[in-house]
Amino acid sequence: MDKAKEKELKKIATEIRKSIIIQTAEAGSGHPGGSLSGVEILTYLYFVEMKIDPKNPKDPDRDRFVLSKGHASPLLYAVLAEKGFISKEELKGFRQIYSNLQGHPDMKKVPGVEMSTGSLGQGLSVANGMALAAKLDKKDYRVYVLLGDGEIQEGQIWEAAMTAAHYKLDNLTAFLDHNGLQIDGKITEVMSPEPVDEKFKAFGWHVIKIDGHDFNQIEGAVNEAKTVKGKPTIIIAETVKGKGVSFMENEVGWHGTAPNKEQAQKALEELQKQYEALEVQG
Amino acid sequence: MAKIATREAYGQALAEFGEIYKDIVVLDADLSKSTRTEIFKKKFPDRFFNIGIAEQDLMATAAGLATCGKIPFASTFAVFAAGRAYDQVRNSIGYPHLNVKIGASHAGVSIGEDGASHQMLEDIALMRVIPGMVVLSPSDAVSTHECVRLAIEHEGPVYIRLGRLGVEEIYKKGELKLELGKGIVLQKGTDVGILATGLMVHEAIKAAKMLQEEGISVYLVDMPCIKPIDVDLILDVAKTTGCIVTAEEHNVIGGFGSAVAEVLIQNYPVPVKMVGVNDEFGRSGKPEDVLKYYKLTAEEIVNKAKEVMKLKK
Repeated sequence: MDKAKEKELKKIATEIRKSIIIQTAEAGSGHPGGSLSGVEILTYLYFVEMKIDPKNPKDPDRDRFVLSKGHASPLLYAVLAEKGFISKEELKGFRQIYSNLQGHPDMKKVPGVEMSTGSLGQGLSVANGMALAAKLDKKDYRVYVLLGDGEIQEGQIWEAAMTAAHYKLDNLTAFLDHNGLQIDGKITEVMSPEPVDEKFKAFGWHVIKIDGHDFNQIEGAVNEAKTVKGKPTIIIAETVKGKGVSFMENEVGWHGTAPNKEQAQKALEELQKQYEALEVQG
Repeated sequence: MAKIATREAYGQALAEFGEIYKDIVVLDADLSKSTRTEIFKKKFPDRFFNIGIAEQDLMATAAGLATCGKIPFASTFAVFAAGRAYDQVRNSIGYPHLNVKIGASHAGVSIGEDGASHQMLEDIALMRVIPGMVVLSPSDAVSTHECVRLAIEHEGPVYIRLGRLGVEEIYKKGELKLELGKGIVLQKGTDVGILATGLMVHEAIKAAKMLQEEGISVYLVDMPCIKPIDVDLILDVAKTTGCIVTAEEHNVIGGFGSAVAEVLIQNYPVPVKMVGVNDEFGRSGKPEDVLKYYKLTAEEIVNKAKEVMKLKK
């Protein structure tokens, strides 16, 4: 990826981080930590990779993205607004009674949301269904899904992992947002899913490990996945929960707690500095 | 006449409609021989997906297929469809109102020998409380064929409750035209109304004959559509007879009888007696013995009819 492109993406990512902070702060609730960890993954998918058109959100040939970890809704909404599926004005209503932006994404209410999620562990099965439909219809769209690393404690994930490999769903790419934390603490202390790479390998998947905040590595992995035939790919993205906001990084308390006004202010100032630093880089 | 189970009619209907509707796909969870989706599988192997013994994955995979314009029929036993995969049905099918059809076989105690773990007596209750879910419960092969047709023509989630036991035909092929939300009047009468669903329609028919031999006039209705329910017909029965017996192979709490009572109590209260399983789990035995054990019989419908007639004002 050339430097200019990378800088452009980093700027978008920073704007999306700001939006996550503003949405959760205004709502007084929501999940900032696991939204911030997935920013680069979604930024890359929506602004580089996926064939999608905000003017034609139901195009049958579009690529699909399923946010299996539905609590990262502020991330998805920020990306959809930045992309033009919804207005930025709408983001102010996140989690409010009059708004379409539900706490967890509702496909019936928000254009660009491909599946209603929130109850963990179901998105991979849904993505499998979409990938099976593509195979049946001989369409070449791809299906992407973002899983949480706590989420994969759900047994259904492993049912779906078997199904994806059994039906050779090479048009499916999963991302694992491997930030290492869940509500009650470290995933390895609550209920360890490790070693995640070996587990998915054993389930018949092609496994790629990357730094989930590095656009070049994300690009490499996404492109590699497209060359793999006969099996699904999972990109295990090493990420930092709360990434980009110093006092939220690797702090489990920010899983499902919104910043108050002062905290939001501080976070936004930090993010603004990051944005300005990118400008200065020239 | 040969007896045909509603599950068998379901499998045949899928294979028949699969010819016309190319978007129909069928998913099963290692029970295709029992749910009879095997008939579809043999005819359309490319449109059949065995998900293995994984009912949660079954339901959510069907949801994904539905988002891409397919008409998935997800089939397994009722106890797994409505019980084990309840959250998937609620959150991945019901909440997004996806066009998934759930073919739930082996409902009720009449599966017999397998016993309580497999005898689903709570599914009508569980499914009808999901907003937007249509709940169908056919009584014979022909009405099952009609229910499959209705499910295909209706845009949105549908639960079809099917039985294992072979049953007599009530209707002649080609002579029944079901409508969503409508019951079937088998005969009109003035002394007591009997509303039955599924397997219990057969017992209700026998009960009506027994009552008539004693000079009691019965308004007899088959209710294959539990949700949406036929409010007009229920009220007509209530106004004509002044008392009603409901009959279902299900817990009397939250099931078909409750659905009828909800309509009556808010519109035209009349005395109701419910024939069903009284807040119990099932048990093993030959189907006919188990049905007798739980008093899911024509005799019990007759008893309740006589009781409820005494409560009339």
